[in-house]
Amino acid sequence: MAVLPETASVYWRPRIDSARLRRRGRLWTITTLAHSIPFLATAALLLALEPLSFPVAAIAVVHAWGIPALYANRGAGVVRPRPRSGPAPERVALGLLGDLLGHDARELHAGTGLALERGRLGVWLVAEAGALLVRPGGKRVDCWCVKVDGELPSADRTAHLLLALREDEEGFATVANLAFSGAAWRLRRRLPAAVRPALDAARALA
Amino acid sequence: MARIIRMDQTGHTTLAEWTEGDAAAIEAAVAAFREQLDAGYYAVVTTGEGQAEQVRELPLDAELVILRRPIAGG
Repeated sequence: MAVLPETASVYWRPRIDSARLRRRGRLWTITTLAHSIPFLATAALLLALEPLSFPVAAIAVVHAWGIPALYANRGAGVVRPRPRSGPAPERVALGLLGDLLGHDARELHAGTGLALERGRLGVWLVAEAGALLVRPGGKRVDCWCVKVDGELPSADRTAHLLLALREDEEGFATVANLAFSGAAWRLRRRLPAAVRPALDAARALA
Repeated sequence: MARIIRMDQTGHTTLAEWTEGDAAAIEAAVAAFREQLDAGYYAVVTTGEGQAEQVRELPLDAELVILRRPIAGG
């Protein structure tokens, strides 16, 4: 099996596979609970001890909700559009990316800016400087921060990531940095509205 | 006609083109290919729907060889 050459630059990382992704997902869930439960417990305790402490309890509940939302916001950031090059390079790059994608994926990219790619680990949505991986079942999404350096049209940046993903999916996930792993619904709320159809399409396929 | 293209700030640039049996064009394509690999580019060919393969020697039977830069975690 071909190995993505960039994995050599992160030799200390264990190679990502499905089992390792599940473990990392569980760790993210535990971390989220560890952030939220103390605030919820505090709110419950305050209300039990003194109902008039309701405003403080409400603030604690907001914290319990807000901290996971901030993590999801960080995850959504990996697919936010980057500054564009001039129209001519963008057009040329878009033509090449279109040749790499199938008809449906090309249409989805035109509407959302994300390239959908089925893989063994799940369904990927590749952006310019990151990718979302919708895990089988469609309930959990992993957000990966990964990029190519240098000035390139946006479609070329996406094409770089797409080709690397196609070369070695597990190597791609090994090189990328995990920015968020959590519920698809939580991430969806933080995505720009134009991007949400791509997530919906990927969840339907996952 | 087979091509080597390099993704760059212009979108992409065609570095070489060749046809089977055109020895001079093939020689030029191999030279251009090696030069780009030495400059740090990776060469990729599509091997089917959703599949790509990195190549270290110019595959003369490929229709399109794409040169890409390394990726890294952001």
